[in-house]
Amino acid sequence: MAHVNLILEAQDIAKSYGQGSSKFDALSGVSLAVTAGESIAIIGKSGSGKSTLMHLLALLDEPDGGHLLVHGKDAVTFKKNELNRFRNEDFGFVFQQFFLIPNATVLDNVMLPLTIAGVGARERRERGMAALEQLELADKAKSKAINLSGGQKQRVVIARALVNNPKVIFADEPTGNLDSATGLVVEDILFKLNREKGITLIIVTHDADLAARCDRQIFMRDGREETTGTAK
Amino acid sequence: MRIQDVVASAVRNSFRNKLRTTLTVIAIFIGAFTLTITSAIGTGVSDYIDTQVTAIGTPGIFTISKATTPGIVSTGPATYDPNAAVSSGGSVIGPNGPTGLNGSLPALSKEDLATIGAVPGITAVNPLIAVTADYIQYANNGTYKLRVNTNAAISKASLAAGAQLDNSTADYQLLIPNTYLENLGYTDAVSAAGSVVTIGIKDYQRVAHTVTATVVGVQNDTLLGSGAELNTALLNELDSIQNSGKPATTAEGYSAATANFDPALSATDVQVLQKTLADSGYSAKTVADQIGTFQAVIDGIVGVLNAFAGIALLAAGFGIINTLLMSVQERTREIGLMKAMGMGSGAIYALFSLEAVFIGFLGSAIGALVAIGIGTPLSSFLSTTVLSGLPGLNILQFAPASIATIMGIVMFIAFVAGTLPASKAARQNPIEALRYE
Ligand SMILES: Nc1ncnc2c1ncn2[C@@H]1O[C@H](COP(=O)(O)OP(=O)(O)OP(=O)(O)O)[C@@H](O)[C@H]1O
Ligand SMILES: [Mg+2]
Repeated sequence: MAHVNLILEAQDIAKSYGQGSSKFDALSGVSLAVTAGESIAIIGKSGSGKSTLMHLLALLDEPDGGHLLVHGKDAVTFKKNELNRFRNEDFGFVFQQFFLIPNATVLDNVMLPLTIAGVGARERRERGMAALEQLELADKAKSKAINLSGGQKQRVVIARALVNNPKVIFADEPTGNLDSATGLVVEDILFKLNREKGITLIIVTHDADLAARCDRQIFMRDGREETTGTAK
Repeated sequence: MRIQDVVASAVRNSFRNKLRTTLTVIAIFIGAFTLTITSAIGTGVSDYIDTQVTAIGTPGIFTISKATTPGIVSTGPATYDPNAAVSSGGSVIGPNGPTGLNGSLPALSKEDLATIGAVPGITAVNPLIAVTADYIQYANNGTYKLRVNTNAAISKASLAAGAQLDNSTADYQLLIPNTYLENLGYTDAVSAAGSVVTIGIKDYQRVAHTVTATVVGVQNDTLLGSGAELNTALLNELDSIQNSGKPATTAEGYSAATANFDPALSATDVQVLQKTLADSGYSAKTVADQIGTFQAVIDGIVGVLNAFAGIALLAAGFGIINTLLMSVQERTREIGLMKAMGMGSGAIYALFSLEAVFIGFLGSAIGALVAIGIGTPLSSFLSTTVLSGLPGLNILQFAPASIATIMGIVMFIAFVAGTLPASKAARQNPIEALRYE
């Protein structure tokens, strides 16, 4: 495997919450290398540390132990604004909940990563509309986010995650609060992005079927990786 | 994030909870409105005083009185001295005059006048003659009380019609205030100039006399008091009538005197001269000083109002803190989301502090606009009614610079108030914010 294709590499990372007697090890020594273009499922029981691992990989938090390498360099050597830029330009996020700004329009919500990046209003608008068209939501651009159905909201969230042409999309339970038919639509969209645009997918899920569609699976239990390989 | 985007979102965010923003804006509005009004009063009054000083002030002349001993209240009355002179003529100078002189103040004796005259730099000293006339009458239009303004000697009149008094002529001349015109039976100021009036006065034995004099002009009221002004010839004539039949034993004394000095003297030299006189126990005031005492009073009132406005703004500042803290609380997830998407802490801080500044801007701009909207017609209404006696006084004058300053101050207060919520937002941990509950 060519080293240049290694986007993220976790080396024995650990994370604990709380202090003293209430200290809890959410993650105790997980190693994982993410290669450009692959799709990885992180699966496991509730509370096993899936979201914690994803947040660390997404540079949203710092591990207490081990190292996290970004393009081969330890994340701690990067400045805060460099990490911000990585997240803004290279990552797309689909969180366990929609996290849409309820009273802003669908388009404004989708353009948010571009607004943060400081992209000009016109370009922002064009790219936002393109992302919405890709998800067949162009007619909802002017609607308030609060007025959409659950499936529509999740598609808006995905439009927001891909509007900045990210290298990696992190998705935490992307189908968790959707019915199975809508869930399938969302899955298809994600895998199509992976296939057609080579976007790396890191998907946290409970759903074995979704996990099975990924190139590989990381099974989590009590903050540790159980086995790697194909789905059971 | 681009500056314009930060500003636009800050503005949009402040309108998200309209009721809450409105209530905070009202608090700021009250403070800004009051400050705008008080600063307009300050500007209006000092503007008026400046024009008054240049219009009526005569350079090179002091009004001199005995310096009053400070601390009269705390130390009790001074020992009675039967030989001390009291002001003569039984008159009270300038009833509403700024000098506040009255018969009970220590008077200037002939020796005092000599002492003052001997001070280097003083070219002449003249006692201020105070006369109490009974009435004034024009044609057969009835008799009206005549109040004599003693400040004629130290100021030019602000003329509505006619000419200034001529103090070198032997003719009896006077200027009447424009408020006298209607009662005396004149149609307007111009028709009064040049007319002849009769003045009634009693001598020391209460015997009535009359003197006829020419009205050379009609004057506007000034801050130095209202009343008719008489030329030297008329003043001396009335004074001699007033004092005829007076027992010779009464000690001569004057409530005040005027002292001349070189009008070309610089302001610091004038101060030195005033200091010299003060050291000898005399209070010497120029016209500008006397008018300045009004400024001090107005400044005091404006200061108190400003303090109230300051308290209102302080309370409004806490209102802003409260509003924004609630808003930070409500938008915890949004902040977390934006930080997760790579928005820096600085931009988050700017977003909330600009929201505070915008709320401050709204409150102060509305406050200033409403103050101007109400104040401008009110000011012109007052100048034609209550303040019509003081032509040229626009009590409320809105100076763009002071309005800009007020808005700047209010926005700065808002910025300071926004510091706490903004830094709270900026410090937020995206993971915490995004954890589902
Ligand atoms: N901020 C925190 N403070 C304390 N404990 C935490 C915190 N975040 C996570 N944990 C704990 O760490 C463990 C792992 O949490 P995590 O969110 O990674 O689980 P998960 O595998 O994503 O679960 P789920 O499938 O329910 O989303 C849990 O036991 C959780 O209680
Ligand atoms: Mg989770």
